[in-house]
Amino acid sequence: MNFQKTLKATLLGASLAVIAATGASAKTLVYCSEGSPEGFDTALYTAGTTFDASSKPIYNRLVEFKRGTTEVLPGLAESWEVSEDGLEYTFKLRQGVKYHTTSFFTPTRDFNADDVVFSFERQLKKDHPWHEYTPGTAWEYFNGMSMPDLIKEIVKVDDHTVKFVLNRPEAPMIANLAMDFASVVSAEYAAQLEAAGTKEQLNQQPVGTGPFAFVGYQKDAVIRYQAHADYWNGKEKIDNLIFAITPDAAVRLQKLKAGECHVMPYPAPADIEDIRADSNLTLMEQQGLNVGYLAYNTKVAPFDKKEVRKALNHAVNKQAILDAVFQGSGQAAKNPIPPTMWSYNEATQDDDYNPDLAKEMLAAAGVEKLSMKVWAMPVQRPYNPNARRMAEVIQADFANVGVNVEIVSYEWGEYLSRSKDVDRDGAVLLGWTGDNGDPDNFLAVLLGCDGVGGSNRAQWCNDEFEALIQKAKTVTDKAERTKLYEEAQAVFKEEAPWATIAHSVVFMPMSSKVTGYVMDPLGGHWFDGVDIAE
Amino acid sequence: MLRFLLGRLGLLIPTFIGVTFVAFTFIRLLPGDPAELLAGERGISPERKAEVMRQLGFDKPYWQQYLDYILGIFQGDLGTSFSSKKPVLDEFMTLFPATAELALCAIILAVCIGIPAGIFAAVKRGSIADQAIMGTALVGYSMPIFWWGLLLIILFSGVLQWTPVSGRISLLYFFPQVTGFMLIDSLLSGEKGAFLSAVRHLILPSIVLATIPLAVIARQTRSAMLEVLGEDYVRTARAKGLAPKSVIGLHALRNALIPVVTTIGLQVGVLLGGAILTETIFSWPGIGKWLFDSISRRDYFVVQGGLLLIAGIVMMVNLIVDVLYGLINPRIRHN
Repeated sequence: MNFQKTLKATLLGASLAVIAATGASAKTLVYCSEGSPEGFDTALYTAGTTFDASSKPIYNRLVEFKRGTTEVLPGLAESWEVSEDGLEYTFKLRQGVKYHTTSFFTPTRDFNADDVVFSFERQLKKDHPWHEYTPGTAWEYFNGMSMPDLIKEIVKVDDHTVKFVLNRPEAPMIANLAMDFASVVSAEYAAQLEAAGTKEQLNQQPVGTGPFAFVGYQKDAVIRYQAHADYWNGKEKIDNLIFAITPDAAVRLQKLKAGECHVMPYPAPADIEDIRADSNLTLMEQQGLNVGYLAYNTKVAPFDKKEVRKALNHAVNKQAILDAVFQGSGQAAKNPIPPTMWSYNEATQDDDYNPDLAKEMLAAAGVEKLSMKVWAMPVQRPYNPNARRMAEVIQADFANVGVNVEIVSYEWGEYLSRSKDVDRDGAVLLGWTGDNGDPDNFLAVLLGCDGVGGSNRAQWCNDEFEALIQKAKTVTDKAERTKLYEEAQAVFKEEAPWATIAHSVVFMPMSSKVTGYVMDPLGGHWFDGVDIAE
Repeated sequence: MLRFLLGRLGLLIPTFIGVTFVAFTFIRLLPGDPAELLAGERGISPERKAEVMRQLGFDKPYWQQYLDYILGIFQGDLGTSFSSKKPVLDEFMTLFPATAELALCAIILAVCIGIPAGIFAAVKRGSIADQAIMGTALVGYSMPIFWWGLLLIILFSGVLQWTPVSGRISLLYFFPQVTGFMLIDSLLSGEKGAFLSAVRHLILPSIVLATIPLAVIARQTRSAMLEVLGEDYVRTARAKGLAPKSVIGLHALRNALIPVVTTIGLQVGVLLGGAILTETIFSWPGIGKWLFDSISRRDYFVVQGGLLLIAGIVMMVNLIVDVLYGLINPRIRHN
């Protein structure tokens, strides 16, 4: 029997009560997610898959990214003020915001300043009773964003006003507060769990103020949500949201085609044309906020000479990489930040593919019979879907200019660890996907002096570049920051610590019945504002 | 029989200790560590890494970690997953029924088809049917599970639309897990159509998971049957004028089954190994995918606890096989 007919018949015939508490015309959107969330207390984790299932549907933050952009809008905070010295951020909180009422929690009060203080202090203060509430509470994102060094204290001014006091001015602070780790959890719910001796339930049965309330999770299979009837931004058009966990991309596509789900992420590049040709499907695409690069070790000869690095950049045939590795879903990168990010320097001249020039430049730099290693990541990432293939193309390109390349690879954890070594042998293929849409999140993290021996895989510390990005951190005027970042990109291009390779395009196939879906440049998957045609 | 059983149980103790040691050591010998993987491309400073490892409980000397692990086992505590923050045993008990249900259906399918196919091939030795069965078995044995699963999905779920693509039951049904076995829970739920939906979802994954064991069982049955059919007592039975059905069914098959039963027991390990791929393709929430993900994340407690539990199950199944072996062949029991 035709499965879709059966499904429709069952839908009509079966009691719709089976779909958690909905009416006869309940709209259910099924999202075939690529993996399982590790838990639902967002601040404990760093993975996008976990954020999609936790922070995005369930929680809100003080400020939110405008749908489909990296522009920051008021969220749980209606407005905010920054002191003259840039050290105090005072937030006026939205009133009348309701928490989810669920089978395991009935809120007795609305959202207030206690919730904000609780949400951040548990991550900040080592002596906070919730700082280590479950084994391995590393608060890795909060720490990774250097928030403990940045935040001096969080003060409840009154029930609807909260002040963040910083140790130093930090222009990206507002963008940081729109990130997933800054999701606000209910202090009242936490107190209930603490009294019951079941603190760990905060990570298993979440309660938030977001557009969807958590209904249930069957591990590695299904997550169910219900639209939050009292959502401060208006109830969603869909009544139920279901995440059907489907790890394999080919199977996700089959489910989408069979009508078993409405939206799927991360299609296989080879399936893109097939999806485009299917009239029942819509294929959305967007430039990913990412960059894939080859980082030389600027501390080790001969890569300590910018002439050598420049010469090798001229030897890389980016078009061949785009064809072989990205299969049409990528764009050549010339800057260390993607073109969709504000302050992207359009004026930058890329190092064009010119093997003859590369040979001349190497000879002029006195480099002959150079042998080097190129590190190929063992995993797929949006910014590099096939690092081994990319390394092979680069190997062939470098061979054309007389440079002998040995490709090496390690297990992912080992790769991340070894590639940080200051005296590392070889150039590393890696990349980055933006966290918050601020250029500082790329330029300072990946190329700043603080990142040497860590996230700065080129081990590159340039005084001029560093002065520009440090100044941009302290300036609040966006136009001025833009100018500083543009200058920093010009310095980067001249010094060439990386060969910038590509920015990928992200695809999102969905049923043609789905309306209102907006792709997130930061790579998240949001279902507020989404509807399904009858 | 009691002595035989006690002897077999006694052998399990050193095996069990060996498994705890291997599981504990294996995951720690793998390069990379949880803190590095948690930090990702951003990287982590040595100080921060030490702090994370302390919070995860991995800063203690290895011998102390091993001792804690062993003491925990005796208290029924296999540790807590640092990823999900849930006790390993709870996660295992949630996921294992899904794997067990799938493995059980797969082994039933493999036995019900494999043994008759093997007998038929042996009786019709050299015929086209024999060659077709053995050829198919060879193809089944050699086929990559991932490719085979996708092929079936595209054909039966995509083109013909006879079966659902993946999952354990239609998303329309939402009832509490009682036994964890979807076939049973769907009946208990009283939801109309739930049981049928669960059966339909089981069909393709069972076929995929059963393919290799089926091929092995069919080949083993044929080979054992051929050996037995050449024995003097079978020739005598035939000479006595017994009907071919009685010769094959009563005299030959019982002896031929001895190595087949052993093979079926060994297939339990194969099924649990094959479950990783099958569960990934069919989005089947079982322990195979869970363990695979845990190895990727270096979730030490899950890997060492999960491996121990799986090894325990395989050991128990093999013990049962040994007992069955004794029942089928009294000489084993007496020896």
